Amino acid sequence: MDVILLQLLNGLDKGGAYALIALGLTLIFGTLGVVNFAHGALFMLGAFCAVSFNALLSLELVTIDPEKTTAWGTPLEIRTPYVEAYMGDFGHWILNYSVPVSILLAIPVMLLVGFIMERGLIKHFYNRAHADQILVTFGLAIVLQEIIKSIFGANPIPQAAPETVRGAADIGAALGFDPGVIVYPYWRMVYLGFAAAIIAAVFAFLQFTTFGMVVRAGMADRHTVGLLGINIERRFTIVFAIAAVVAGLAGVMYTPILPPDYHMGMDFLVLSFVVVVVGGMGSLPGAVAAGFLLGILQSFASMNEVKAILPGIDQIIIYLVAVVILLVRPRGLMGRKGVMES
Amino acid sequence: MEILRVEGVNKSFGGLRALNNVNFSVEQGTVHAIIGPNGAGKSTFLNCMIGRLAPDTGSVMFGDISLTGMKPYEINQVGVSRVFQTPEIFSELSLLDNVVIPTMAKRDGTFSLRPFKRLDRDAEIQDKALHMLEDVGLAEKKDVISGSLSRGDKRRLELAMCLSQDPKLLLLDEPTAGMSRADTNNTIDLLKRIADRGITKVVIEHDMHVVFSLADKVTVLAQGTIIAEGKPADIKGDPRVQEAYLGGAHL
Amino acid sequence: MTTKLSPTGDLIFFAVFAVAVLTMPVWLAPVGAGYPDLLQKFAIFGLFATGFNLLFGLTGYLSFGHAAFLGVGSYTAVWSFKLLGMNPIPAAILAVATSGVFALAIGYVSLRRSGIYFSILTLAFAQMSYNLAYSVLTPITNGETGLRVLQSDPRLFDGASESTGPLISNLFGVEMTGWGGFYFCAVVLLVGFFIAQRIFRSPFGIMLRAVKTNQNRMTYTGLNPRPYTLAVFVISGMYAGLAGALMCITDPLAGAERMQWTASGEVVLMTILGGAGTLLGPIFGAALIKYFENIFSAFNEQTLHEIFSFLPDFLEAPVVSIAGLFVGEGWHLTLGVLFMLIVIFLPGGIMEGVSRIGRLFKRGSSKAEPNRQTAPAE
Repeated sequence: MDVILLQLLNGLDKGGAYALIALGLTLIFGTLGVVNFAHGALFMLGAFCAVSFNALLSLELVTIDPEKTTAWGTPLEIRTPYVEAYMGDFGHWILNYSVPVSILLAIPVMLLVGFIMERGLIKHFYNRAHADQILVTFGLAIVLQEIIKSIFGANPIPQAAPETVRGAADIGAALGFDPGVIVYPYWRMVYLGFAAAIIAAVFAFLQFTTFGMVVRAGMADRHTVGLLGINIERRFTIVFAIAAVVAGLAGVMYTPILPPDYHMGMDFLVLSFVVVVVGGMGSLPGAVAAGFLLGILQSFASMNEVKAILPGIDQIIIYLVAVVILLVRPRGLMGRKGVMES
Repeated sequence: MEILRVEGVNKSFGGLRALNNVNFSVEQGTVHAIIGPNGAGKSTFLNCMIGRLAPDTGSVMFGDISLTGMKPYEINQVGVSRVFQTPEIFSELSLLDNVVIPTMAKRDGTFSLRPFKRLDRDAEIQDKALHMLEDVGLAEKKDVISGSLSRGDKRRLELAMCLSQDPKLLLLDEPTAGMSRADTNNTIDLLKRIADRGITKVVIEHDMHVVFSLADKVTVLAQGTIIAEGKPADIKGDPRVQEAYLGGAHL
Repeated sequence: MTTKLSPTGDLIFFAVFAVAVLTMPVWLAPVGAGYPDLLQKFAIFGLFATGFNLLFGLTGYLSFGHAAFLGVGSYTAVWSFKLLGMNPIPAAILAVATSGVFALAIGYVSLRRSGIYFSILTLAFAQMSYNLAYSVLTPITNGETGLRVLQSDPRLFDGASESTGPLISNLFGVEMTGWGGFYFCAVVLLVGFFIAQRIFRSPFGIMLRAVKTNQNRMTYTGLNPRPYTLAVFVISGMYAGLAGALMCITDPLAGAERMQWTASGEVVLMTILGGAGTLLGPIFGAALIKYFENIFSAFNEQTLHEIFSFLPDFLEAPVVSIAGLFVGEGWHLTLGVLFMLIVIFLPGGIMEGVSRIGRLFKRGSSKAEPNRQTAPAE
């Protein structure tokens, strides 16, 4: 029982990341009809927003202490980040909370990236074949990740979670199990909550605003909405930018869990696509449900007890589930008829 | 002799009864038209005949072969061809290739793997296909990519494709839908010409002009039920038909 | 799309192609590609892309998992070396057979769906193969280290005749490295090309085009699309397996990274770049990408400085640093940009570009000749 609970928890945060990326993918696919292979790159860009914000904050002011010398007799250098030097405690606080604070940077950056991408490239591909869309966004993903690689190098850059949430909670003990069995890092809880909040926000936005209503109508029947004289093009841009922000924020908050490197986007993209297809192309709840479902399944499959029975199952479980679901329920868990089936 | 016999066919979509106990038969060598107002169930009926939809109950017999439960390509192989409401052609291929494909399907069956034969050396197929194009008056365009044809020409091409298979029964779903008057008349002429080949035809049509210039027999479908059947002249005067079809106005 | 040639025309076409391939060492030398390792890659990836194009170019089914067959072919070839000996012929034959069986199984399942679902299914199968090759299948694949031939292997037919030196595949005494390897690969490519050419012109080929254009009409014409797509999927998988075997014949080492989805993406790129659905396009695309990879990744700052030394100093530094992004380690950036440019501006690939230029010339010389393909019908 306790083991199951632990795996459930472990699967949830990964599932949260899948769900956020898949949500954006589905949103773009459902409204714009575009298969965006560069969506993983947006996740990666978000993560590197956090990295660059942290790097900016860590620029250091070097002063020399006139009194002291090091053990080698050279003057002692005191390195203080500029933010701390000029803002004191507040600066220290910002540095400590650099990951969550960089959300403030990531939102405008991702909005801009999404805007430029949609206006500059994606909009010319609305009426092209899906194969063309896949290929051009795939090319774009390569370009984006190579640019990041040339700036930040090929190695992962670890980011620290704020000190207060750096430890782990002994959830097991709180629930009456033996202490030390179910230990869950605080940051993962934060991520889970964050993912849930973003998902809720997106759904609320689509449910309760006029804009969201038009978008939902567009997802149900793009053609007719266009005929109603609604300027769908401008909304497309906004939808794309929102999806970019969602992916970017998912990336920002994921950095303390997985040190970002330039190809993390591609790794997540392949899985997120599987998630979208399993959930049902064009279904937002489907994408979210499938994201968590696959995250949890993956976590269970990596239990030693399971691996002993089915060796290697942890490596293939997601793909296996995808294959089975696609064959049994051709439109995914919650897919609608007629999507991507010409 | 009856070539097609439909007995007791019912079909519902959710709560909607699209076909209600339809009995229907077609005599060999005749042109049989099915008419009826919008939503009468004409297309559903046709789809049940060719295996696109499975009827809930009832049977469709083609000669002594039961078509119910057969795959569309199997139904075609026993001699039933279909012309669609919007012409279904291979729009990225040349006109000649468009006709070559059904001609081969007729000769070689559902699947045949011959990766090393040269298609252009198969004189039998090439000649027959070209001949077919000549019959519908498209021979001089044989190398044109068919997607660039006008709608009327696409329809003629599709007819050529179906005729190249020498079908025993040809189903036509609104063959003149969306056509200009001139194109419609051309199509009627063409259909009359191929009538000489003795191919039995079932035509679904809106255009009364087409129906009365082609059909030997007319069946009227309304709300999923057959309300009248007979020679075109009789149908024209049938008050029930006028009631259902035109809301009482005279034809 | 493809211009139709008469049987003799095809034969001449093939002969010219064969001569061009076999004389590559001569005419590619001036552009710095006249050495065997690179030309081997041209031939191997040309073959891979030709096979992929039979599936994608003719039927329009976009497989994102073809690298799996490449990997299966590679592993089979190395096992053939280990068990049977270093002769490339059995290695190639066995690789074709096993990859064919794999393709049959994967294709049978994946082809139940079309469009993006098919792409995802093939991708899923390839990723499963890749992940398994890295983990539980280590006894067969030797995991991360990669599978290689050892002196201690049985090698039934050439036994322990030579006990020293590196193990290199050889065809009756001709070593399969260097030029020997290139000519072996080139001949296999020619065979593959010939078969592809025949398929393009065959009844089977036209049925595959019919699948791409209108499956609905096909079914109502009495044809079952499934066996056609499955047959071409298997053939295409065999090409990939053969290409994988050639990789091991020229260098007896098989690694799982060959099966990763980026490798599948690469062959898609080659085919698109050259022109899907054309005979020569995929081979051009493969050669071009391998050529650029080779040239660009060899550049470094030093060579760039030499190239741009004619510029004034204040210009040279920024130009070199910008150009530096695209070469060496950053060659993938060039690849990505190239990819996007092709898809945006030249969806038909290089071959479309060539035929556009050709048409321009024709129009220039004889304005009276209208273009039949694009002329409106009425």
